[in-house]
Amino acid sequence: MLAYIARRLLATLPVMAMVAVVVFAILRLTPGDPAAIIAGDDATNDKLALIRSSMGLDLPIHEQFIHWVGQLFRGDLGVSLLSGTPVLGMIADRVGPSLALGIGTIVLTVIIAIPLGVIAAWKQGRLLDRTIMVFSVFGFSVPTFVIAYLLIYLLAIQLGWFPVQGYRPLSGGFWPFVHRLWLPILALSAVYVALIARITRSSVIEVMNEDFIRTARAKGARESVVLMKHALRNAAVPILTVIGIGVASLISGVVVTETVFNLPGLGRLVVEAVLARDYPVIQGLILLFSFIYIFINLTVDVLYSVFDPRIRY
Amino acid sequence: MSIKSKPLRAFSVTSLRAALAIGALAWGAGAGAQTITAVMQSGLRVVDPILSTAFITRNHGYMIYDTLFGTDSNYKIQPQMVDKWDVSADKKTYVFTLRDGLKWHDGAAVEAEDCVASIKRWAKNDAAGQLLMPMVAEIKALDAKRIQVVLTEPTGLLMEGLSKLSSSPAFMMPKRIAETPASEAVKEFIGSGPFKFVASEFKPGLNVVYEKNRDYVPRSEPSSWTAGGKVVNVDKVQWVSMPDQMTAVNALMNGEVDYMEQVPFDLLPLVQGNNKVKVDTLDRLGSWTYYRFNHLQPPFNNKKVRQAALHAVSQERVLKALVGDAKFYKTCAAVFGCGNPYANTYGEDIVVPGNIEKAKALLKESGYDGTPVVILHPTDIAISAAQPVVIADALRKAGFTVDLKAMDWQTVVTLRSNQKPVSEGGWSIFSTYSNLATSGDPVGNSTIASAGKKSWAGWPDVPEIEALRLQFTKATDVAERKEITAKIQKLAIDEGVVGPLGQFVIPAAYSTKLTGVLDSPVTVFWNIKKAP
Repeated sequence: MLAYIARRLLATLPVMAMVAVVVFAILRLTPGDPAAIIAGDDATNDKLALIRSSMGLDLPIHEQFIHWVGQLFRGDLGVSLLSGTPVLGMIADRVGPSLALGIGTIVLTVIIAIPLGVIAAWKQGRLLDRTIMVFSVFGFSVPTFVIAYLLIYLLAIQLGWFPVQGYRPLSGGFWPFVHRLWLPILALSAVYVALIARITRSSVIEVMNEDFIRTARAKGARESVVLMKHALRNAAVPILTVIGIGVASLISGVVVTETVFNLPGLGRLVVEAVLARDYPVIQGLILLFSFIYIFINLTVDVLYSVFDPRIRY
Repeated sequence: MSIKSKPLRAFSVTSLRAALAIGALAWGAGAGAQTITAVMQSGLRVVDPILSTAFITRNHGYMIYDTLFGTDSNYKIQPQMVDKWDVSADKKTYVFTLRDGLKWHDGAAVEAEDCVASIKRWAKNDAAGQLLMPMVAEIKALDAKRIQVVLTEPTGLLMEGLSKLSSSPAFMMPKRIAETPASEAVKEFIGSGPFKFVASEFKPGLNVVYEKNRDYVPRSEPSSWTAGGKVVNVDKVQWVSMPDQMTAVNALMNGEVDYMEQVPFDLLPLVQGNNKVKVDTLDRLGSWTYYRFNHLQPPFNNKKVRQAALHAVSQERVLKALVGDAKFYKTCAAVFGCGNPYANTYGEDIVVPGNIEKAKALLKESGYDGTPVVILHPTDIAISAAQPVVIADALRKAGFTVDLKAMDWQTVVTLRSNQKPVSEGGWSIFSTYSNLATSGDPVGNSTIASAGKKSWAGWPDVPEIEALRLQFTKATDVAERKEITAKIQKLAIDEGVVGPLGQFVIPAAYSTKLTGVLDSPVTVFWNIKKAP
């Protein structure tokens, strides 16, 4: 297993290298001029040229690429063209809110969705199953920003239980941290709860028709044991796959949630950097996201063998 | 059961609210300093107000830097860092004496040589400064407190440049910072203004914190625009950016922020009915919106075709689409802005009404051959998104072949510098808007510069306008300047240098806890008091 993990980690290097080349090339081919953002709307061409030159943007693309790769090998992602702040520092500043939102969402999703899916499978075709599925369709169909605005209106503006927006780091105290994260986590979880509850239901229903379930019941096992120990564990692989996809898609999913709740996370940073054509920041973030995708896939693959001992690498 | 459930529900709701309130109080404990939290129109990223003309950077400049002179609400130049100044009889030598007690934020005294270095750097970057410097024979520090400027000929440009509102004002910096090359951003943010920049709390694009400069000695005169006493009554001002304006409005109504620099027109009804929020137009000069033709390429290299387009577009229709509520806009043909000293009505019959029949007739006369008109349409900035759609509709009705190209603002900025034909990625029309504090005279208004390819995108080539702009810089008499600007107005409309689309103001909104909020064309935070 360790050899497998090491091989997979090594395989990330060529993938990251390809991502780096493609991202760098696409950004330079995309229309846009960071100098124009810096200088302002009515800057003359002469002033723009001077600014481009001072930032090295007038160099041939291959020279800019070599310079950037050289920085990467030194562990330096460069500095923002606009603010002059180190990209690594900007990412470090912004990773906390995204991580908190992502982990909170996945934890809440798993806590709610898996039991709901199991219950729906257990009560298949009955009122409870249909009710859970109706809510599941609702959660999956309604866009996250609509749910977010509804939650803000009801729980923040009308009831005053939560703030409308903002983020406080954990270092500022547990309560303020959680207080500000609840609404974004609830809003973002809706779609994942819906998705994972449905997958859990169908996987468990499939397993419930297997012979070993009948055997477990014949042996007199309690229904809860049959469901949780025998059925759910054997249905885990597809559920795990969907959770993995969910975690990966969270990276793009957080953009809207971070915007609506004014969370200073990576999602917002990437949008801001793209709109401003802040090349070093975009490049650094895409590399980070690629690594996260690869890491999540690897984690899911490893977990397969934990839940299903028949799977060996 | 039903009898019990209601009080039980009420109890649980009350308990939860109480618990949350206690938590919030616990978290808020210790936040004793009086802070104004303001949602600004955009996030601050570029922090050098000399290098950048972005409005947010200019506003940041007014927080931490000071200027030698300011401009009051009557457009009068008033001393700010300067105590007194002398002008020689031939109006060619100026001596400025600095006020007593001026200090940089690092505690060092402000000296004349700091100001000399600051003026030199500003002049390299700013349009007014660039026009001024060829007329400056010498600029030097006479001693620690006196700056001497010797001109080759009399000009009003020196005082106007040093007192300009926007953008970029001549902010003063310590000499070591002001010696940063003009094309590079400064890396140290030390001024002598009423607020200090808190570098440790600066998150580009997200958050910037200013604390009261306790060493600042405000002038004794009442505050007016950028002149007068800049008295700070709070401990801190925090600027936050919120990409979703709906969130900003909700946060304001919920008391989480105190001030919103610009409320989008479509969200105004939400705050107008809220008794904890005051809606107020602070920038009463406002902005003007306009469009530019590409004078280098067909079809707008033909003056008659430009005239046809100018007649086709109705300002009222543009402003209705852009603003909606007529309280916040007005039609205006003046290229220097209605309400500004050089306002002029020439061209009202051309650019305001939208006369499609007249446009059709002019287009026929011009011999227009159906060459496609490519209009750049930025869709990601609400304040620039409506104009191209209305312009395209009007031009189509007048008989133009129109290609409306949707893109983000950054792509517009890149494409508009392309001087090639539309078949090679060029363009025919783009529109944008500008602050009237910036566009109020022929020096600051880049839209009327007409030096061909050296000018701003559109590249009109009208030597008469360039001669008049030069004449303006040398004129010191108000009547003479009005005469010059009237001639520029006529030429700008007749030659289709710029197509004015009207003026608008964007209201601000702030908590009723705030008092003393000043009206000004640039956003300022001095004079404001906050009730507990």
